[in-house]
Amino acid sequence: MNNPQLNKHGELQHLLTTEGLPVTIVREILDRAATFVDVSDGLEINNAPLLQGKSVFNVFFENSTRTRTTFEIAAKRLSADVVNLNIGASSTSKGETLMDTVDNLCAMHADMFVVRHGQSGAAHFIAKHVDPGIHVINAGDGRHAHPTQALLDMFTIRHFKKEFHNLRVAIVGDVLHSRVARSQISALTTLGVPEVRVIAPKTLLPTLVENLGVKVYHDMARGLRDVDVVLMLRLQNERMQGAALPSAGEYFKYYGLTEEKLARAKQDVIVMHPGPMNRGIEIDSSVADGPNSVILSQVTFGIAVRMAVMSMLAGVSK
Amino acid sequence: MNIHIRGGRLIDPKNNIDEICDLFIMADKIAAIGVAPQGFVTKLVIDAHGLIVAPGLIDLAARLREPGYEYMATLETEMVAAVAGGVTSLACPPDTDPPLDEPGLVEMLKHRARILNQANVYPVGALTMGLKGHELTEMAELVDAGCIAFSQADAPLTDTRVLMRAMQYAATFGLSVWLRPQDSFLAKNGVAHDGEVATRCGLPAIPVCAETIALSTMLALAQETGVKLHICRISSAAGVEMVRSAKQQGLPVTCDVSMNHVHLSEMDIGYFDPNCHLSPPLRSMRDRAALRAGLLDGTIDAICSNHAPVDDDAKQLPFAEAEAGATGLELLLPLILKWAREEKLELSEALAKATLRPAQVLSLDVGHLSIGANADVCIFDPDMYWKVVPGALKSQGKNTPFTGHEVQGRVRYTLVNGQLVYQT
Repeated sequence: MNNPQLNKHGELQHLLTTEGLPVTIVREILDRAATFVDVSDGLEINNAPLLQGKSVFNVFFENSTRTRTTFEIAAKRLSADVVNLNIGASSTSKGETLMDTVDNLCAMHADMFVVRHGQSGAAHFIAKHVDPGIHVINAGDGRHAHPTQALLDMFTIRHFKKEFHNLRVAIVGDVLHSRVARSQISALTTLGVPEVRVIAPKTLLPTLVENLGVKVYHDMARGLRDVDVVLMLRLQNERMQGAALPSAGEYFKYYGLTEEKLARAKQDVIVMHPGPMNRGIEIDSSVADGPNSVILSQVTFGIAVRMAVMSMLAGVSK
Repeated sequence: MNIHIRGGRLIDPKNNIDEICDLFIMADKIAAIGVAPQGFVTKLVIDAHGLIVAPGLIDLAARLREPGYEYMATLETEMVAAVAGGVTSLACPPDTDPPLDEPGLVEMLKHRARILNQANVYPVGALTMGLKGHELTEMAELVDAGCIAFSQADAPLTDTRVLMRAMQYAATFGLSVWLRPQDSFLAKNGVAHDGEVATRCGLPAIPVCAETIALSTMLALAQETGVKLHICRISSAAGVEMVRSAKQQGLPVTCDVSMNHVHLSEMDIGYFDPNCHLSPPLRSMRDRAALRAGLLDGTIDAICSNHAPVDDDAKQLPFAEAEAGATGLELLLPLILKWAREEKLELSEALAKATLRPAQVLSLDVGHLSIGANADVCIFDPDMYWKVVPGALKSQGKNTPFTGHEVQGRVRYTLVNGQLVYQT
């Protein structure tokens, strides 16, 4: 079984997941992203016409504003033509199969698809069925992966912490349903972070999560002790009551990030969140807006990382 | 027609035969072994040198998709697939549309199968009306129409009172109840084994306890009602252990496993291969080892193909959306031979899992080559390699996890009731 993300030269053909991505490619993405960031005066993103004459299709089977917008900005800063397609309710409700949709999009001669889909494995499926010249970037598939989010998180961590080999990182919240968490875990372990923790009640952790190379904590105070980075996860509304959790209030009390709980972490801890945040449910406003929060930097870096991925894909050998 | 099968290696697990000798068929029956009966006038000679002559295979789970799902498969295509796979008798689950819950439907199915004159079809009747789990079907009438057992197929029966009544009623008439153990609440929306791979891939999962909880209910009710219970498609180590101890306690329970689960595990899902979306889900390597151990010690009586042809439109989708199931009739023999080689089993012992043992589950006098038995015979080349190419399969279902695999063992001739129905 060949790695479906790499071409026969071992170059990045599609970005589908951070799992199994060679560390050299991960570093190359981060290094390239750094060239797009101007740190001289605040954080500015430079333009670079590397995708002139190329077309990028944002194909979203699931709603998203933030991710789609940052991909759009990134593509435009690279001078690509951008087409946004919200397939969400349109063609699938008319009975068109995913294969038909993919075939139709290929016929429109795109160079790159940015795909979000509600099913785990959808990006792999699409990558397998597109014409050979087309690159697929996974912008989130079900619970499986969200590699650009994880890579921008790695970029943010490297920006503030410089190195990975001496870090203790905690991921807090609904790991079970989170594609962000899965991609973060494999990115962190790939980059050599020696200790990755997950903190959540048992109902929000998948079976054998420890096999992914993480330490499991159910007690947040213990889990946050001496960590350098806290990665918060979003709690979907539909999980807040029912069989997984009794209430949002109880969740906030035990797993919401407050200043008091954060005090267990290292003094210079950074707090991150993929957004959109549920203030008062998974994170207290005083932390989200506090001195340790780098949440807005993540958004800015997200553009640079997506520019890096797109320009790398555009430059691979045919 | 008088047929002389010459020079083959005859293997009959029931009669402990494994030697090179001739087989004579007369008036649809096995007439003699070794020496031709007096006055035998040969009409057809089949040269079986270098081939194995065995009882036709019996498949305990082959979906023919009729009535109702003809876009997935038809009787015409699947019966050809059966005999091409050396399968001469098959039990078909009742999950058609409408389900096999009325004698008329069963009679129609039997009639259609009889006209096609290929494999013998043994319908499994619906245990409850519409497989909905509320009202019992007319089981005695359905038996008269041709049903050999009663089942819910993969449909849940959550009301334990109805399940107990169904078992009591079946036991009244000495009928068998075939059940697939899966708790519908724990399995809800699940598409893969709750383990390492589902966790890594973010696939909604089905825990092993979905099987063991359902199994413990079934075994307790079987004990209570005395019904003959057949457990379909066991998938987990814990499940095998429960069946083992039930058998040790003397419960009249039998059990089968799908050939896919004998060979594959969750690891084969790889990069979301929809061909590995099966029901029950492929479980861990440890579970697979336990299934194999269960086959060896007799806890698991039979290997079935769990043939479930699916159309391409329903299969070419992201893993969870793809319809569960795989084509299997044509792969049953090579996969049993593969299992036999891997476990270093005598061929006779291995073939028993698809001949003698399933016949015992069915309580039918088939699956052997005794003098006077119906001449259902499978003649195959045990050494011939062939590559599984979807387009070359006879079944209308082209999806199988074994696509592209080189398998060993090819059926050359199939005889059903003394008629040569397939040769290549």
